[in-house]
Amino acid sequence: MSILSVSNIHKSFGKTKVLRGVDISMEEGEVMAVLGSSGSGKTTLLRCINFLETADKGQIFVGGRCIFDADSKARLSLAETRERQLNFGLVFQSFNLFPQYSALENVELAPKLLAKERADFKKNKAKIYDEINKNAVALLKSVGLGDKLDNYPCELSGGQQQRVSIARALAQDPKILFFDEPTSALDPELTGEVLKIIKSLASEHKTMVIVTHEIEFARNVADKIVFMADGVIVEQGSPEQVIDNPTHERTKMFLNKLHME
Amino acid sequence: MGIFNEVLTSLLDGFRLNCVIFIVTLLLAIPLGLIVAFGSMSAFAPLKWLTKTFVWIIRGTPLMLQIFVALYAPGLLFDAPIKSRLTAVLIAFVINYAAYFSEIYRGGIESIPKGQYEAGQVLGLTKVQVFFKVVLFQVIKRIVPAMGNEIITLVKDTSLARIVGVMEIIMCAERFTKQGLIWPLFSTGLFFLAFCGALTLLFGFIEKKLNYYRG
Repeated sequence: MSILSVSNIHKSFGKTKVLRGVDISMEEGEVMAVLGSSGSGKTTLLRCINFLETADKGQIFVGGRCIFDADSKARLSLAETRERQLNFGLVFQSFNLFPQYSALENVELAPKLLAKERADFKKNKAKIYDEINKNAVALLKSVGLGDKLDNYPCELSGGQQQRVSIARALAQDPKILFFDEPTSALDPELTGEVLKIIKSLASEHKTMVIVTHEIEFARNVADKIVFMADGVIVEQGSPEQVIDNPTHERTKMFLNKLHME
Repeated sequence: MGIFNEVLTSLLDGFRLNCVIFIVTLLLAIPLGLIVAFGSMSAFAPLKWLTKTFVWIIRGTPLMLQIFVALYAPGLLFDAPIKSRLTAVLIAFVINYAAYFSEIYRGGIESIPKGQYEAGQVLGLTKVQVFFKVVLFQVIKRIVPAMGNEIITLVKDTSLARIVGVMEIIMCAERFTKQGLIWPLFSTGLFFLAFCGALTLLFGFIEKKLNYYRG
């Protein structure tokens, strides 16, 4: 059973058709890299899956359960919306850390708010908060920021901020973690530290979808490469298939252009 | 020395009313302004335009006129005259300042990057949690200078209560003018100056406190 299955997703902004029928399927523990030139619809696809945009058509299944159907008119309750959202974590290109909170508080905020809805929250408040705190500290240590717990985002480099945002996404323990060009906003010398973290997550078999321009990184870390152009997937397969032996004209053009740079 | 004490007591008495108007207006207009701001940003078009029209009327007419309207309109329209002139003044001030505050809030809220809302949403926060736990504090930091300006204006606007005979400080001083003493009237300025000076220090302090982060 595939952990994520996306079927026939369409999305238009006004008259511009950004996604024109995208299907994706991935297994638990798999890492998928999504490639494509800008305007191909990669980011919109990620945003549709994470409910930051509402797809015009199509369905999304997690572990075989339908969590989104564009044709369904049923209105979700607050709890259902949240539960649906918590399947996924998303790391943004521009980090989007909360500037008024320290690194640690950024990681703790969402788990603490979620814990308030637990039935035993009032009784075990101190214990629950303590667990959340320990988990957040451990996550920040695992991304190499054990000494930056109390620093505010403005005191951290871009690479450090992005690592905090990875820890923040992991704190809600999502089934699938999405990355939207996680290194595109970073200085070249800072991309390495972020890619290293993603790589180590891959080695722990975290299920991930990564939209990226880093071809070599995608080749190294991904089990499956998806190449998008004009709102559809034109080619997908293993890195060897798609990056080394592309069959589609659009994929060849895209890779040639990258090699020339 | 006797006249000095008499003037001082009278002016302090009057200034107490200015302070009451100031505090009540702030306490009520600050939250009311937030509701008005939500109205003017509503996705529901009729509410949005109703609110915008309200803000236009309040900001487009003199506060002095609004005080008269608050005093006379209930009696003329609903046959329920307002008993206390001070109440009428307070109603006019709260509505007037809520309208101004709402525009400051709206500017602050709309200046927060979309990414902050999206980050909250993908972490499973509800819209209410995103507003109160993520956005509001950032809005407060951004609007402190504008609010400081408006609140300092409010200090001096309180003297408009005199127009319907509420015995605020300037009206108290005018009694002495009629007796041929002009200096009490001029010295009322010192009260306003001292009050605004204290507020300036306070807002400087708040800005400094909020400066622990950037962005």
